[in-house]
Amino acid sequence: MPTALDFRTRPGAPPANFGTNGGTRPPAPAENGFRLLAHLPPGGGWTSLAEHRTRYPAPPAATSRPLTALIDEIERAGLRGRGGAGFPTATKMRSVASGRARPIVVANATEGEPASYKDKLLATVQPHLIIDGALYAAAAVGADQVLIGVDRTAPAAVAALRRALDERARVERSGVTVQVVETPPGYVSGEESALVHFLNGGAALPTASPPRPFERGVAKRPTLVNNVETLAHVAQIATRGATWFRSAGSPDEPGTMLVSVSGAVARAGVAEVALGTPLARIIEQACPTTPAAAALVGGFFGTWVPASGFSAPLSRAGLTPLGAAPGAGVLIVLPEGACGLAETAAVLRWYAAEGAGQCGPCAFGLPALAAEAAALAHGPVPAQGLGRLQRWGGEIEGRGACKHPDGAVRLLRSALRIFAADADAHLHRRPCRGSLGGRVIPVPGPRR
Amino acid sequence: MACESEVLTVDSIACTGHGICAQLLPEWVRLDDWGYPIIRPGAVPATLLPQAKWAITNCPALALHLRKSG
Repeated sequence: MPTALDFRTRPGAPPANFGTNGGTRPPAPAENGFRLLAHLPPGGGWTSLAEHRTRYPAPPAATSRPLTALIDEIERAGLRGRGGAGFPTATKMRSVASGRARPIVVANATEGEPASYKDKLLATVQPHLIIDGALYAAAAVGADQVLIGVDRTAPAAVAALRRALDERARVERSGVTVQVVETPPGYVSGEESALVHFLNGGAALPTASPPRPFERGVAKRPTLVNNVETLAHVAQIATRGATWFRSAGSPDEPGTMLVSVSGAVARAGVAEVALGTPLARIIEQACPTTPAAAALVGGFFGTWVPASGFSAPLSRAGLTPLGAAPGAGVLIVLPEGACGLAETAAVLRWYAAEGAGQCGPCAFGLPALAAEAAALAHGPVPAQGLGRLQRWGGEIEGRGACKHPDGAVRLLRSALRIFAADADAHLHRRPCRGSLGGRVIPVPGPRR
Repeated sequence: MACESEVLTVDSIACTGHGICAQLLPEWVRLDDWGYPIIRPGAVPATLLPQAKWAITNCPALALHLRKSG
């Protein structure tokens, strides 16, 4: 059973400390079942290509003919994307491989979700595993080019990926061009169509769909966009097989997942857990500082889950009854005494600021929604009570070119459900004590 | 005749909220609090199709479209 690692989650901060006992040595992999985070050098140092190759053979050279056997193996493994949407990876690969032109692979390490740190971490400590995964994916779909998009404000991740590529250029030839592309920070930049638009020389903004990238993406070629954690799993499935992959997790949702845990915990960091691990266990390992009242599961793009739901397993099936999903694997712990409405209002303000500003319902609706939520949290109490919040939510949802406004509405809806008693108190008496203090969720300030 | 139907959609990036669609096709389009169209889901009734096409032609942003479905 993998345990939590002690990582600072502040973006850009180098991972300072590995291990579960305050030491700098990672626990032995055989004991804890780490996969992606196994074999980490002490102190977060560099894993050389030579060392990496002692555990992972070099991927096969890609040809224009898709390696369908590998796609079949990934399908048997039951791998779903780890970037948030959870789409079956093999299905996506098949769509890309069946296109008319030679495909391109895009490895997505943009990780715009503010409370997520796992992709930056993985790129920093296991760049070779990610690159191997991208090369296997290229072989699977018959691509001759890989672009790795990484947030330019994450210098450690950028440097590690560049260094890993330099190292390979000297000793290995894969027949595939691999390049690192630094992307602008921001939540919508990492959205699939926004990333493709940026790689095509445009602004990092979502585009109207269809066509989707798998049909026509970078350079108008079929484009496989995969999260980098997903690609690291691909590399492991390619080397160790579907049966091995399925030995962790549940039959329906196999494998492990990286989880960024933050909020009211003493050991905020990235954990690697088997899918199906109860939320309570993951939170417990991160050492809650006070009893938890709720958690924002899935991060800013997620859903509030009350502490009474913490026995639920971290899986799609396990979280569906709570209206939640694992998303990109983010847990933000809210302590008792904090005000979920005030936290939600702060995140909604971030949503309003992070929008691309392209679609009216999002550009005008989200600021209005955020202001109304702030009024509910801090007063003066909205004249229409919850009415306008609920109506606006229903009207904004589904009307953007991307899912950004939908994320805001889903978060608001879950807050009004989970913190219904608080909302009632705010409306009929006064804002609670928790709304006066500082926020638990670190919301990034405006970037522009 | 085939059971083909047409759905009215808006390109939400192109739309700039002139609101002409809601004036020309009030049976099928209303505006939100910020002046952007909320379009009824589902097939546009045949009787409304000429009006829908008139709205599409007159959209200053060329953001309205009929898409085949079914």
